[in-house]
Amino acid sequence: MLNEIQKNILAIVADMKGTGEGAVNIRSDGQKAFRRNTEHIVIESKTDKDGIDIRIAPGTKDESVHIPVVLTKGGFKDMVYNDFFVGEGADVTIVAGCGIHNCSDCDSQHDGIHTFYVGKNAKVKYIEKHYGEGEGEGKRILNPQTVLYLEEGASVTLETSQIRGVDDTKRYTKVECRGAGSEVIIRENLLTHGDQKAVSEMDVFLSGFDTKAQVISRSVAQDASAQIFYPRVSGDNKCFGHVQCDAIIMGSAKVRAIPEISCNHVDASLIHEAAIGRIAGEQIMKLMTLGLTAEQAEQKILEGFLR
Amino acid sequence: MLEIKHLSYRVDGEDGGVDILRDVSLTVEDKKFVVVTGPNGGGKTSLARAVMGIYQPTGGSIFWNGEDITRLSVTERAQRGISYGFQQPPRFKGMKVRDLLNVAAGKEMSHDSACDYLTKVGLCARDYIDRDVDASLSGGEVKRIEIATVLARRSELMIFDEPEAGIDLWSFARLTDTFQEIHDKKEATILIISHQERIIRLADEIILIANGAVAARGSVEEIYPKIIADTVTGCSRLEVDRKC
Repeated sequence: MLNEIQKNILAIVADMKGTGEGAVNIRSDGQKAFRRNTEHIVIESKTDKDGIDIRIAPGTKDESVHIPVVLTKGGFKDMVYNDFFVGEGADVTIVAGCGIHNCSDCDSQHDGIHTFYVGKNAKVKYIEKHYGEGEGEGKRILNPQTVLYLEEGASVTLETSQIRGVDDTKRYTKVECRGAGSEVIIRENLLTHGDQKAVSEMDVFLSGFDTKAQVISRSVAQDASAQIFYPRVSGDNKCFGHVQCDAIIMGSAKVRAIPEISCNHVDASLIHEAAIGRIAGEQIMKLMTLGLTAEQAEQKILEGFLR
Repeated sequence: MLEIKHLSYRVDGEDGGVDILRDVSLTVEDKKFVVVTGPNGGGKTSLARAVMGIYQPTGGSIFWNGEDITRLSVTERAQRGISYGFQQPPRFKGMKVRDLLNVAAGKEMSHDSACDYLTKVGLCARDYIDRDVDASLSGGEVKRIEIATVLARRSELMIFDEPEAGIDLWSFARLTDTFQEIHDKKEATILIISHQERIIRLADEIILIANGAVAARGSVEEIYPKIIADTVTGCSRLEVDRKC
């Protein structure tokens, strides 16, 4: 049975009501809290280490897998290895949020290592939301690693977002587009506030013929928080890659964006753009002419930016 | 009714202060269509921005429907029924055209209503309603969306700063029809800064601003010939304190 805190976090990080629909694995304070398999999607616990294997049958269409993690025990440290095997031609949505409720003075931490093996012509949409809450002095720490291997014609869209309340995060994303015609879109939204710290590193290898990658990072750093964003894209074949980092900086926050592109093939075409700045005064003013207060205008701009 | 009394606006410059507006007094009656025109740098935009509250005047006062709004914020003026279309509107990454129209209307608009406003500014609604108001749109498209937000606000006083700037001829024709329609239906008081003959000819009254002051005001028939004469001679006889 899930308590109200767990239910609330599940709704925030995985848009779930209760145990949701489709294939589901809910992990709470290091334990399996709920699991449901479907005809085409089978979730099994690993036997050699903590974590699960998610096997999606070839040709599975329009199905979803939810594997949210909830930490409510103060001072609890959790580490999990989840491997996804997406069969040829499948078309699925995977939701893997994590929320920490920490009311203690000890740090709570979840490190999730997700590895995806995406089969030929499979299509995956992966949504990951991170969130922290609780009144304790203990930090809420989330360190996700996401590793993807894409076969021929595979397509993955990663939508990751840090909503609020995560004190410390080190994110690492690695994508290998090794199959011809494979492509990845990575959308990362990150909000830090207070004295939170966030580091996001990415390695995207476009080694297959005619592969594509698009990295879109949007971040907002408020108060005295600090962010470092370090996406690296390497083109080792005929390919196209585009990295776009936009950050809004507020208060006394600090943001570093260091996009790196490496072309190792004459037909590799890679672009990067990075922009960091405060909210433009004219944007606030425009929304004020539409009847919003300055605070409401700022909130509206941030909502849109991090959508 | 909008009443501007002895309005002045002075800014710091390299060689001391610069008077942008000097003792400007004028009245705009309800439901009138008034065009403010004049040479570049004459103070037109500053005047419009002062009415909206974007610039704080250094002297004089502004009354709207009998209330002194001189010290009110932009938000408070917007909430009292004044809206403003920027000459160079900002873009918003991640904000959709529909979102901006909803903010303007102060409520979730129906799809049809939102599309109506876009149609009024010459945009094919279906193509734009779900687009982001960002760099993917041209200057002319952003400008027309800006005007649509002012229309969606349904304010008592609509101020437009050079609505024609950056807009193609076909869209401009649609836009002038929209202004005419608002005026004919007496939906709002319209104050437009413009240099466009087609807009000027719609006006009930033209106010000529030059060198920070009202140089002339009157009907189209009274003022427009003087403007034409000025452009022919290349010398503004309407400018205050200037000898040609």
